[in-house]
Amino acid sequence: MSDTKTEARDAKPSAIGVFFDELRGSSLLIPILAIVSGLLLGGLIVAVSSKDFYEVWSTSPLQAIGNGLKAAWESYVTLFAGAFGNPSKMAAAFQSGDALIIRRAFNPFFESLVKSVPYMFAGLAVALGFRAGVFNIGVEGQIFMGGIFSVWVGYTFKGLPPIIHIPFAFLAGALGGALWGFIPGLLKAKTGGHEVINTIMMNYIAYRLTDWLLREPMKRPGSTNPISPIIEDSAKLPQFFQDPIRFHLGFFIALAVAVLVYWFLFKTTWGFNLRTVGANPRAARYAGMNIVTGTIMAMSLSGALAGMAGANELLGVNHNLSQSFSPGYGFDSIALALLGRTHPVGVILSSLLFGFLRNGAVRMQASAGIPIDIISVMQAFILAFIAAPAIVRTIYRLKEPKKAEAELRVRGWGGS
Amino acid sequence: MTTTTSTLEMGPVYVPQTRRRVLGIVFLGVAALIWLFFLRGVDPALETTMRLYPGGSKVVIDDWVFNTQNMLWLLAAGCAAVGGFQLVRGFGRRTSLAFALVGGMFVFAFLAWAASGGQLNLGGMLRIMLVRSVPLTLGALSGMLCERAGVFNIAIEGMMLTAAMVGTIVGSVSNLWIGLLGAVLAGGLLGLIHAVISIKYKTDQIISGTVINIFAVGITSFVSGKFMQPMPQFNDPGIFVPYEIPLLGQIPFLGPILFRNNLFVYSMIFFVVFLTFMFFRTRWGLRLRSVGEHPKAADTLGVNVIRTRYMAVILGGMMAGFAGAYFTLGSVGKFDQVMTAGRGFIALAAMIFGNYMPFGAMIAGLLFGFSDSLAASLALLRVKIPSEFLLMTPYLVTMLVLAGVVGRAQLPAAGGKPYEKE
Repeated sequence: MSDTKTEARDAKPSAIGVFFDELRGSSLLIPILAIVSGLLLGGLIVAVSSKDFYEVWSTSPLQAIGNGLKAAWESYVTLFAGAFGNPSKMAAAFQSGDALIIRRAFNPFFESLVKSVPYMFAGLAVALGFRAGVFNIGVEGQIFMGGIFSVWVGYTFKGLPPIIHIPFAFLAGALGGALWGFIPGLLKAKTGGHEVINTIMMNYIAYRLTDWLLREPMKRPGSTNPISPIIEDSAKLPQFFQDPIRFHLGFFIALAVAVLVYWFLFKTTWGFNLRTVGANPRAARYAGMNIVTGTIMAMSLSGALAGMAGANELLGVNHNLSQSFSPGYGFDSIALALLGRTHPVGVILSSLLFGFLRNGAVRMQASAGIPIDIISVMQAFILAFIAAPAIVRTIYRLKEPKKAEAELRVRGWGGS
Repeated sequence: MTTTTSTLEMGPVYVPQTRRRVLGIVFLGVAALIWLFFLRGVDPALETTMRLYPGGSKVVIDDWVFNTQNMLWLLAAGCAAVGGFQLVRGFGRRTSLAFALVGGMFVFAFLAWAASGGQLNLGGMLRIMLVRSVPLTLGALSGMLCERAGVFNIAIEGMMLTAAMVGTIVGSVSNLWIGLLGAVLAGGLLGLIHAVISIKYKTDQIISGTVINIFAVGITSFVSGKFMQPMPQFNDPGIFVPYEIPLLGQIPFLGPILFRNNLFVYSMIFFVVFLTFMFFRTRWGLRLRSVGEHPKAADTLGVNVIRTRYMAVILGGMMAGFAGAYFTLGSVGKFDQVMTAGRGFIALAAMIFGNYMPFGAMIAGLLFGFSDSLAASLALLRVKIPSEFLLMTPYLVTMLVLAGVVGRAQLPAAGGKPYEKE
């Protein structure tokens, strides 16, 4: 065994071999394989549920498998075209030289970026919570609260210059989310009520609250639909291109906030305290850190980030509040935060992935009739593989890692 | 602590001083709330009528009519008295009972106020309460099976949702009973997945449960959007009809509430009794609990920890599957996307509130079922509260109950920890 090893080391390693060895040892391999496996399993479900598959299955299974694979392949092609745009269309657009046609050709790509922005905020929210040892499943409700607060500021105050109105509305959103995170944080720290249950309850309360607000106090005058008034122009996040591209300032705000979160978590004493409370509460207590404040602060900050996701959507894209403005960003963000290893850089990358996936899936739903919920199924698979790397290792016959992997642990109902 | 000690016989419950005082102040606050919001605005001449007619019975009981203001004074005084005693002496291990008592009085005060000058069908409400408590109690039993063996199960929601869908599809193409079986098996399968991820691969149990919840929402919405909405013949399983137990069903008032129900209500009562017996009076239950309390000791004594946990989680999944079947086969007879609406998590709260006891879980389930039935009953009255706020009550009650109770629930000592054999 050791002989072959030394022999292998003496032999001149090929570049590809080195590359694969590096890849195997790196922490990137598991996420990449998790994504690939998730996409494959999602494709399998699309294949099995396609009409060409199950109607032909009883007569000729082989042809059915072929049909299923074809259906899966076609839907993924649609998904990619929907996410990145169609290259031939882009080329044709440049030849035509018409600005509107060029913008239309590139719109899918920019729309994917637009879709990934709320994921960035929401993913950072979940990641920050995990770092501090709290599991915030209430991001969806916090997004709604952020949306409510920012829209209210957006349409109530008139005549403010954008330089004041935009930050005001945006921070109001953060405040709304922070409030919705503060309550379960307080309950967890003071009574031990588990944040997983409480944040989910807060989600439903936020939905009902939104229903009521849109039916009574925040309803757009003269409208029969439950939607809020449109926000003032001065509160809208500026867009960089003309119609139909909706790419807006929120993208860069999200990047800036990610840098800020990184700096906070890894370069400040407060961040260090939070991470210590999360990694080892007993050690944190022994070192004199205040766990109660730490938990409350972590939940509030996490909620604030989630609230920014809501503010970003409403100030940047929707411009008015409706019951369906978030297609479940909050729940998707759990998977993507873990996929990004709860690190801001990882979160940004996996947000881009999820944004492109979701935007592509919208197109897939429209043209291939595949419900967009397939995205959630894929996310569940990816999450399972990320959370249990041993499964991926078993499937792909990988070696055990040299270093112990950082394990994710959520504290149970018991309080401490 | 030895693993043979029954949880029933554990020493006196220690209630910290501050918690005792805080609860006492909360109780007094409730009394103040009754006075502030309900009592002050009530016309002294108004009367509240409580109808005691659950429907269907031949025997009719007279309505219960009382003066609203007097009743509210009585209830406020009752809350204040309990609060005062709690503040000064404390109820010790009966704190939960005091908590429930004050909660009950507050709710009754609310009802008396909401129905002042009108009438409220108390019998009908109790009936709805019992029916709505079914998925919560069964879900809590599912959580109990898992957590008594040391595995947290926050996937009850996802298991119920998936089972509700599978039961509907299978029931639509065959019959109700096979549909029910399909639902139970679907729950068991998800339980198996939860067990594999969290026991074999030692993933954090809460994350493993979240995986199942996300998967359940995705797959049920996918299948429902792809097959059940375009093809309604897959979404028409029918429902289990109520069956009246002879003689007992004719008891005035109680008969129609308790003994004229469908399979799920009777099963709930059966499972509560059955599991109480199984947990605390059989070798099977002792082993299951020992695995949750002190797996190493259990292992030393020859109990197969891993196998016991697998069995418990799969059984828990099947129980959640049965609970899920209630939503479609036992209630509305068709599947809607995300129709469980957080009931799986409320069931968890019911389990904790019930202190990991089947009967406790049922009482908690009834409490939550009641808060669930509030919105349905009060929608008919001219209440000044928007219906959205009434729909919030189950969620609010869950949070309140968790806050008041969680520190004192005796959860299994090894809960949440994967077992490593040395």
